[in-house]
Amino acid sequence: MNHDTYADTYIRGILNTVKTIAMVGVSPKENRPSYFAFKYLLERGYAMIPVNPGQAGKELLGRKVYARLADIPEPVDMVDIFRASQHVPPVVEEALALQPHPQVIWMQLGIRSDEAAAKAEAAGLKVVMNRCPKIEYGRLSSEISWMGVNSRTLSSKRAPPGKGLQRMSLNRATMSGGSVEASDRAQKDGG
Amino acid sequence: MTERVPGFSTLAIHAGAQPDPTTGARATPIYQTTSFVFDDVDHAASLFGLQTFGNIYTRIGNPTTAVLEERVAALEGGTAGLAVASGHAAQVLAMQSLMTPGDEFVASKNLYGGSINQFNHAFKSFGWNVVWADPSDIGTFERAVTPKTKAIFAESIANPGGVITDIEAVSAVAKRAGVPLIIDNTLATPYLCKPIDYGADIVIHSLTKFLGGHGNSIGGMIVDAGTFNWSREGRYPMLSAPRPEYNGIVLHETFGNFAFAIACRVLGLRDLGAALSPFNSFLILTGTETLPLRMQRHVDNTKIVTEYLAKHSKVAWVSYPGLPGDRYHALAEKYCPKGAGSVFTFGLKGGYDAGVKLVSNVKLFSHLANFGDTRSLIIHPASTTHRQLTDEQRVQAGAGPDVVRLSIGLEDPADIIADLEEGLATA
Ligand SMILES: Cc1ncc(COP(=O)(O)O)c(C=O)c1O
Repeated sequence: MNHDTYADTYIRGILNTVKTIAMVGVSPKENRPSYFAFKYLLERGYAMIPVNPGQAGKELLGRKVYARLADIPEPVDMVDIFRASQHVPPVVEEALALQPHPQVIWMQLGIRSDEAAAKAEAAGLKVVMNRCPKIEYGRLSSEISWMGVNSRTLSSKRAPPGKGLQRMSLNRATMSGGSVEASDRAQKDGG
Repeated sequence: MTERVPGFSTLAIHAGAQPDPTTGARATPIYQTTSFVFDDVDHAASLFGLQTFGNIYTRIGNPTTAVLEERVAALEGGTAGLAVASGHAAQVLAMQSLMTPGDEFVASKNLYGGSINQFNHAFKSFGWNVVWADPSDIGTFERAVTPKTKAIFAESIANPGGVITDIEAVSAVAKRAGVPLIIDNTLATPYLCKPIDYGADIVIHSLTKFLGGHGNSIGGMIVDAGTFNWSREGRYPMLSAPRPEYNGIVLHETFGNFAFAIACRVLGLRDLGAALSPFNSFLILTGTETLPLRMQRHVDNTKIVTEYLAKHSKVAWVSYPGLPGDRYHALAEKYCPKGAGSVFTFGLKGGYDAGVKLVSNVKLFSHLANFGDTRSLIIHPASTTHRQLTDEQRVQAGAGPDVVRLSIGLEDPADIIADLEEGLATA
């Protein structure tokens, strides 16, 4: 599968299906992007499980932190990896050792391991690389549009509000709404 | 697995807008409110900490304005937009995110006169030092770059028309210097030219002109192309250093390819305060829906009028890159093949007095200091906007005694020409 671009239907399908997300490498520091994403997804109703060996046994936003994926006592639907690309393959190995397997391996913005992705896909998992689930949720629900961000979605259908104030649901009927090719090219060239 | 990307006219109508989630209102409502209630204290904390997306206070963001921001960002092919109170405010906020006192930026000397003033005086008083370059000689940009340079600024079609910037060549200079290229795309609009396709990292607009298009609202826009690597350069502390205003977060690392637009909003707009009124956003938004239709008519009419003037016995010269033989014709064919805009200047053989007579005797053209209206507009700079300058300064600014500037509107071209014909008969 091509991992340079993803169809909105693919991403929406994943975010609409998974319920339990283990976030590997999440930081307990309130100003870190991983903390932001963890908190946002928790507020959107996902069962978030923090994984960070340095924080094992502590709590993050009321959720118990585990040292490694194998320590999590319940099935995990998606593993979201907040580690540098070179550290991704062993995490994916760990994920593939889980029974039952997670359905999705997700690597954060700026993180990509084609080798690990190929292994996960061979085992029947879905893979997303170099994306942030918080941004994708915001984009597909249109919440991110409140920040003037180009959501690259269009719709003539009324979007159902989500749970709570200023929340939009992922269940929006959209078509593609324009591209940001120059930015995509620059990310590829500039790393 | 790529999806079909809609065309420009579809984006001009739909990008950013959707039926109102609670009422179903199809046109974008005017959210004429200063503030937005929080669900609870946690929600408020998440909003203030930039941990969730949403509305707090209209100085920082507003749902009507947000539709306009996404619309223009989509039309330009950028990752995000920030709408502000005027084109001038957009320039202040964009620069404020890049510059610290003592820094320099390189700017094309062919700019809107108000921008030349802003850069020479207001910006200098902030310690942001402009170094001028000549778009007809790209080497002057290269030579103007120093270790203190933080940005390069130019207009795609330069006000008062007539000059087309070789954006790709200037972008190459910016890339070598490791600084972002800012293009003011006011005169062209994304319908005629998309600067991001040629290497612009930031696009600026005066929405007051063609994007609003009806001469009823002042507004400005900053579009983030999402192309500049702020962290690699490490010379832009607003983007790549921990921000004390927000508990030490680093904006580029947190917001990725739309971090510049976020910086301009949550630091620049929040602190400097030049917010756009939601009512103006609504009017400008309505204007954007017909942008492709209007711009095509603007350039079609302009072609007819410039060809007419070029043959007129009282006209000494016409400066319009759309005309074959113009020195910028080749660049116009490359950067704005649909037309070189609808603002241009021409010279009267009768000099200053002829200019005064022409503006006094036209009856369809409005005599005022704007452009990009549905209406045709005329101004004689030497007797109005540039009156306070010396003769020498006027000639240098392209506002010599014989110069008249037109902004061709959407009226029937035969009526536009008839009005000029009558006016020129007295000139
Ligand atoms: C090219 C250009 N940029 C910026 C501006 C400033 O815009 P505003 O008048 O909306 O502040 C103008 C206004 O004439 C302009 O022509």
